[in-house]
Amino acid sequence: MNNSYIDEPMLEAYVYETSQIIETLEQLMIQSEKVGNFSADAINEIFRFMHTIKGSSAMMMFNEISTLAHKIEDIFYVIRENQGVKYDFSTLVDCILESVDYYKIELIKIRNGETPDGDTASLTDKVNDYLEMLKEDNGLKKTKKEKETKSEKDQKYYIRPSKKEDPAKYYKAKIMFKKDCEMENIRAYTVIHNIVDLVEEVLYKPSDIIDNDQSIDDIRANGFLMAIRSTSSEEDIRKYLEKTVFLESLDFGEAEEDWYKEFEVIYQDQEIHDDIKIPETSKKYIENQKVKKEKEDIKQEVTATTTQSIISVNVDKLDMLMDMVGELVIAEAMVSQNPEVVRLEIESFEKASRQLHKISSELQDMVMAIRMVALSTTFMKMHRIVRDMTRKLSKDVVLDVYGEETEVDKNIIEKIADPLMHIIRNAIDHGIEDGEDRVAKGKSKQGSIILEAKNSGSDVLIIIKDDGKGLDKQKIYEKAYNQGLIYQSIEDLNDKDIYRLILHPGFSMKEQVTEFSGRGVGMDVVAKNIESIGGSVIVDSVLGKGTTIILKIPLTLAIIEGMNIKVGESRFTIPIVSVKESFRPGSREIIRDPDGREMIMVRGLCYPIVKLYEYYGLRTDVKDYENGILIMVEEDDRSCCLLADELLGQQQVVVKSLPNYIKRYKQVKGLGGCTLLGDGSISLILDVGEFELSNVLDK
Amino acid sequence: MNEDMNGLLEDQEEDTQKGKFLTFSLGEESYGIDIMYVTEIIGIQPITVVPELPDFVKGIINLRGKIIAVMDARLKFNKAPKEYNDRTCIIVIDIAQLSIGIIVDAVAEVINISDDNIVPPPNLNSGGRKYIKSVGKSENSVILILDCEKLLDEQEIDELKSSND
Repeated sequence: MNNSYIDEPMLEAYVYETSQIIETLEQLMIQSEKVGNFSADAINEIFRFMHTIKGSSAMMMFNEISTLAHKIEDIFYVIRENQGVKYDFSTLVDCILESVDYYKIELIKIRNGETPDGDTASLTDKVNDYLEMLKEDNGLKKTKKEKETKSEKDQKYYIRPSKKEDPAKYYKAKIMFKKDCEMENIRAYTVIHNIVDLVEEVLYKPSDIIDNDQSIDDIRANGFLMAIRSTSSEEDIRKYLEKTVFLESLDFGEAEEDWYKEFEVIYQDQEIHDDIKIPETSKKYIENQKVKKEKEDIKQEVTATTTQSIISVNVDKLDMLMDMVGELVIAEAMVSQNPEVVRLEIESFEKASRQLHKISSELQDMVMAIRMVALSTTFMKMHRIVRDMTRKLSKDVVLDVYGEETEVDKNIIEKIADPLMHIIRNAIDHGIEDGEDRVAKGKSKQGSIILEAKNSGSDVLIIIKDDGKGLDKQKIYEKAYNQGLIYQSIEDLNDKDIYRLILHPGFSMKEQVTEFSGRGVGMDVVAKNIESIGGSVIVDSVLGKGTTIILKIPLTLAIIEGMNIKVGESRFTIPIVSVKESFRPGSREIIRDPDGREMIMVRGLCYPIVKLYEYYGLRTDVKDYENGILIMVEEDDRSCCLLADELLGQQQVVVKSLPNYIKRYKQVKGLGGCTLLGDGSISLILDVGEFELSNVLDK
Repeated sequence: MNEDMNGLLEDQEEDTQKGKFLTFSLGEESYGIDIMYVTEIIGIQPITVVPELPDFVKGIINLRGKIIAVMDARLKFNKAPKEYNDRTCIIVIDIAQLSIGIIVDAVAEVINISDDNIVPPPNLNSGGRKYIKSVGKSENSVILILDCEKLLDEQEIDELKSSND
């Protein structure tokens, strides 16, 4: 296939638009399947989707894609045009989902600059068979033909109203496309669509080029005729028209006003029968009934479509913007907290710096918000997986989704789709039992998977919970022990450690036939993916009751509100969400257990103490509790108290990751990253979750 | 024709860097680093200590908003540590997208050493870690040319990791 003439932006737009359509289509199918039929709206929408894909793919010369879309469009055409038609719903859904998968693969190929060469033969056959069956079943063999011929009239189509009286000239143009260029109507439409910027008004014939496939034959036979009124020079228009792709011949010249008027009169005498299809509005649902439209209406429609409210931006640019805002925040702090300026106590300076602070923090919020995307699309995809899996394994599983409106960073979304898929697949395949087994165990016949997302401090938690058979601790342990992954005895390991073994890359599933078989297929990939974005995976399970997998994902690259503390020469920053309180204890409140561990009693509750200088082996003069300060931190209802020398104050900081060199050496426990303080020095950010926290419960 | 030009330009660019070495001193010896790796040289700055790392990794510094790790060449080569003074420099090198600062006693100069004057090191340290790629001769002095890749060798890192664990 020769794509040499396709310019990149066009291809990019095509891929973007088509993948969006495919995604929406997939969701629509899943929703429809839940209800058990297609609503009239859905049918129209699917029809329109396929139509768009057909058109744009043909434009891009992706013929296979286009043909398939055409066939599906035919099916929905029949369904749409014949109220109460009977059709095999589930086969149709399967058919279309299969096509959706095909499109996805092809789109990836196109994106990678390969030729979309997937074979559609079997798919097309399937769709064809279905269409034949559909027609036969309903005795509609001829309907389509009749419908099409019905609207075959010469209409003049009005694209752009004249806004002012001007000394415009009139031209006529006749375009003949090359033979076998296919989709002449779409190509003609492109010509019209792009020329409107150049001309005042353009009328053309045949007029219903988009909606009526018959117009192709017309254009092939008689050429595509345009009447143009324009203030642009003849040369400009000619040049534009000559650029038309697949142009065979162009007959262009100035025309008499009378001739134009005549053209126009024919147009005005006629009523517009067809609905208006304009690509920009095609996102919205346009009523597909034949509506008579007044000239005014069309005018509005056309202007409405010219305003675009969404643009797509390269993520790299956003990253850069994000970095720069980060630097700006640091620079702002450097200026407004400059000790020398602060000492001067200038009122106007304070006012101005407050204003600056307000603006920069709003700017920051905005940049963050731009990058945030709701999880809903990712979650939606899981419905599809559940559907396919339940079909294949003939299990009855329902997926409940909560908190899909939770927003996370764009980069993160891309990284969690695969892990989620793995986990859900595993849950259905190996977690949830067959219907009979479930009933025998006293569970409801229908298995359930709960997919939930929620914010928790500076993290987002994604919880996948099934009510299947759960993980068998003993068996996992034995397996791991035999494979030499662990050496400890089972008593020395706590449940979570054992469950975590399933994430171990070396934990092989071969020759496993029992309950947890397969659990772990791809689980190391899950762990790796999540860790690559700084998250963590927590596995919990109750044998016989089900398994819960929690993905803890940071809102990374975040600018966080942090509490700066000092230990000796080192500075640390604790995310403010983790800090509960800070206080200076008396030494009498400290309790020591026989092992020498220290605890403190606060309001009747006992908290463990972590001395930071001891923990990290730092040198400091402040070693006793009277001179230091305790900071109580909490994460996930687990808390501890950290001993530091002093508090330095609260500040917004940009989280930067530690240099790769250091990360390659060692994952230093409790360090989540680093940041620059106002004076340019570096502070290490503490990840409270990695300290030895303990459950402090009020009993 | 065009390709020829491009090739020529590339050659030239390579040529300007080829055979040039940044020399620095550690105690009595002179070392050299292929100029290709060197991003910049900065004076010693306050270093933030990162706990739980081997001694020779001194910590991290803020290089105009970019945070990089620094290692002490003396400690890396098992020499006695020396107090930093105003001659002490950090040479920032960039290898395979990894930036790292190397603390050295003093930076000397950039010199040309032609290929004829570079010889492989004697095979003394077959068992030990080889950080010396070759030995260069320049006028009256001998320069030990560092193998930057080995300096950040992954395998070595792994060894360290397991010994730490």
